[in-house]
Amino acid sequence: MSDNVQDNKPIMVGDRTIPPADARYININVMGQPHEVPETLTILKAMEYAGHQFKRGCGCRGGICGACGTFYRIEGDHALKTGLACQTVVEEGMTLAQIPFFPANRAADLDLDPDTRMSASEQISTLYPEIFRCVGCGTCTRTCPMDIDVMGYIAYFKRGDIAGGAEESFDCIMCGLCVSRCPANISQMNVAMTARRIAGAKLTPKSEVTAARAEQVRSGRYEPMLAKLAAMDKDELKTLYVEREREPDLAKPGEWMPQDQTYL
Amino acid sequence: MSEGYTPEMLDLIKKVEESRPQRLAESKAGQAFPAMSMDARDEVLNAYHPDYTEEGRRALGLGPNKGEVYPEELVDLLESRSILESIKADLSKPDYETDVLVIGGGGGGSAAALTAAAQGKEVILATKLRHGDSNTVMAEGGIQGADQEPDSPYFHYLDVIGGGHFTNERSLVAAMTNDAPVIIEWLESLGMMFDKHPDGRMKARHGGGTSRKRMHSAGDMTGAEIMRVLRDETRNRKERIKILEFSPAVELLMDDNGRCAGAVLNNMETGAYYTVKAKATVIATGGTGRLHYRGFACTNHYGATGDGLVMAYRAGAKLGYMDSVQYHPTGTAYPEQNVGLLVTEKVRGLGGQLLNISGEQFVFPLEPRDVESAAIIRECVGNGKGVKTPTGRLGVWLDSPLIDELHGPGTVQRELPAKYIQFKRFGIDIAKVPMLVYPTLHYQNGGIAIDDQSQTTIPGLYAAGETTGGVHGHNRLMGNSLLDILVFGRRAGNAASEAIDGGVEIANASLDHLASYGKALTDAGLDRGALSPMILPNYATDEIRDRRWDVKSPVL
Repeated sequence: MSDNVQDNKPIMVGDRTIPPADARYININVMGQPHEVPETLTILKAMEYAGHQFKRGCGCRGGICGACGTFYRIEGDHALKTGLACQTVVEEGMTLAQIPFFPANRAADLDLDPDTRMSASEQISTLYPEIFRCVGCGTCTRTCPMDIDVMGYIAYFKRGDIAGGAEESFDCIMCGLCVSRCPANISQMNVAMTARRIAGAKLTPKSEVTAARAEQVRSGRYEPMLAKLAAMDKDELKTLYVEREREPDLAKPGEWMPQDQTYL
Repeated sequence: MSEGYTPEMLDLIKKVEESRPQRLAESKAGQAFPAMSMDARDEVLNAYHPDYTEEGRRALGLGPNKGEVYPEELVDLLESRSILESIKADLSKPDYETDVLVIGGGGGGSAAALTAAAQGKEVILATKLRHGDSNTVMAEGGIQGADQEPDSPYFHYLDVIGGGHFTNERSLVAAMTNDAPVIIEWLESLGMMFDKHPDGRMKARHGGGTSRKRMHSAGDMTGAEIMRVLRDETRNRKERIKILEFSPAVELLMDDNGRCAGAVLNNMETGAYYTVKAKATVIATGGTGRLHYRGFACTNHYGATGDGLVMAYRAGAKLGYMDSVQYHPTGTAYPEQNVGLLVTEKVRGLGGQLLNISGEQFVFPLEPRDVESAAIIRECVGNGKGVKTPTGRLGVWLDSPLIDELHGPGTVQRELPAKYIQFKRFGIDIAKVPMLVYPTLHYQNGGIAIDDQSQTTIPGLYAAGETTGGVHGHNRLMGNSLLDILVFGRRAGNAASEAIDGGVEIANASLDHLASYGKALTDAGLDRGALSPMILPNYATDEIRDRRWDVKSPVL
């Protein structure tokens, strides 16, 4: 074990990497520049260890924001690989380039107006007719760092199943790596974004319960109740807090109601 | 699959496995490790919670909050000079003029921009990184809103204020809980893919400290879904909203009457500075996890360096609750690649237990977050019973395999899919071996003081989201941060629009307040020659720093 820990005081360095004394170092190549970095680091942390301070190509550092899409090859292997820099561990002989931005076609002016006469399918095929040029090569799917079946959801859209494609694309973090590789010049992530919004707004039944409550809020129904709470002293509030009824975990939606319904 | 652990760690895991049958039997019999008494809670908080200990904190030496005790890393930023203090720039001809300048491109800033644009206002949204780069995208669990029949804003209010130890700003709690159902409806109308029942009813769940089921979600990426929908909608409004990415604001402009008049932006790609004159300015710059208080790892986005706090404080804005930080008890301590990342409370909700190096329980798994964190720090630092990682971090075991033993095989993978994959990537099967965890910086409870219209103490300056303080008191409940940013972002957009409609005159915008602040710093004997805001964290090794011969660190 490391002797970095002394007197049970942990080494607290935020996100800086302190390699242990016996760390093994490997060789990587960042856009043509060789670096020796401790093994087991992610690409992101290895680049920071090597001295890069990111402006682009770094975001949430937890695999959800899509800022750090990266292409790489391993020496001696012809295959081009992809990953998120914050989630992919460096390997000996890795040569990498980040793609922090890639030009994508975005057909703006999505019409979410419920009275629009176009069907969801017509909207997608009007905004993004290039989906019909998909050659079915599957490179997008193989490129996706989130393991989404990108070609699969484009196929849903071609068939007019907008809800199905929206569901299939749900995990998309919009890194744009699929866009960079598509021989048909489709900007898959933007097609899917539009489809998900249409699905969310128009292809799913509206929540009537939510609409009714929002209307009650707008009518000012709760303002006197909240004013009453605001005027209470801390002990009164504490009593109310401790005595509040808790909805049972297994209560079915819309079935359980509290004893005291004065403040609903 | 457990090759992700070192042989030494695998040896230690055997102790966890040895004690597991006994612990399983106890769990099945309903025998839990005893929860702490109120006195015991106070004791561990006072001795080990970073908010309660003196170490690593000091009193702020100037400005509206002088004398209040904050984490040193934050005090360092606030007790620094501006990078623009001695700049001679012609501010009479601004590079941009707009109605509303929004600083920050997360959920709060986007909501403010959309709302002001809907009121017919011209908006510039300036953000440090990409539009959407924010803690918003990292919020997994959900967003609260009292929209179900047995619930109402009244009960949501009670939950929030009880969770916050009754220290919350009450007007803010009322605003947030009352707006919540409208926010949920708004997101639905924008096409957010909420988790719903077949008839369209929102799926609503309980969260820690809720009396009614009101946690709404979109898979386990609720924040990311909210953000991409708001970003897409903002892009659809490009005739009114101009987005400037990689252009952080570094200082506010102030006029002769003490009114905020816009800001100075720095184009990070070219290094050039630009001035924006605005009738109203909204700060929505998020939290401060990347300051790594006391060296703690954090769950925050790369950009969470508290720039908005620094520029607002220099301009004279009052802060509130800034002494209060939420440490999430279970941040990842190993593998190094995942350090700081959140391990959701759900693991303990499902029966996962915390164990020391000897495989023994030392704390009830579901104490309040602050108490749980302090107990883990005590076990590692005070009792010397933490597990050391190869990179010198400490942690305790979180026995996730116990979940499968309690609820049946496959439970871990089904209930915690994102966590399962995140560890599996690094050769650790959390259904078979425990995780190593340590508290991690999670959320800034305090921030710029605002009223229920998102107005700061400076005329013309509004603030929304994690950069503000008060609505959550000294402890925030899960699901209220995504709500907070949208409620107060929209209120900021509306209040700014109303103020502009009432007529706003800017009298001679300047950066003179920076020199006054610098002088106050010198007069107080606090000038260390440091500059702020920080803008970007710096994770280079000491060797690299030493080799940057011409560069002074932005914060010494």
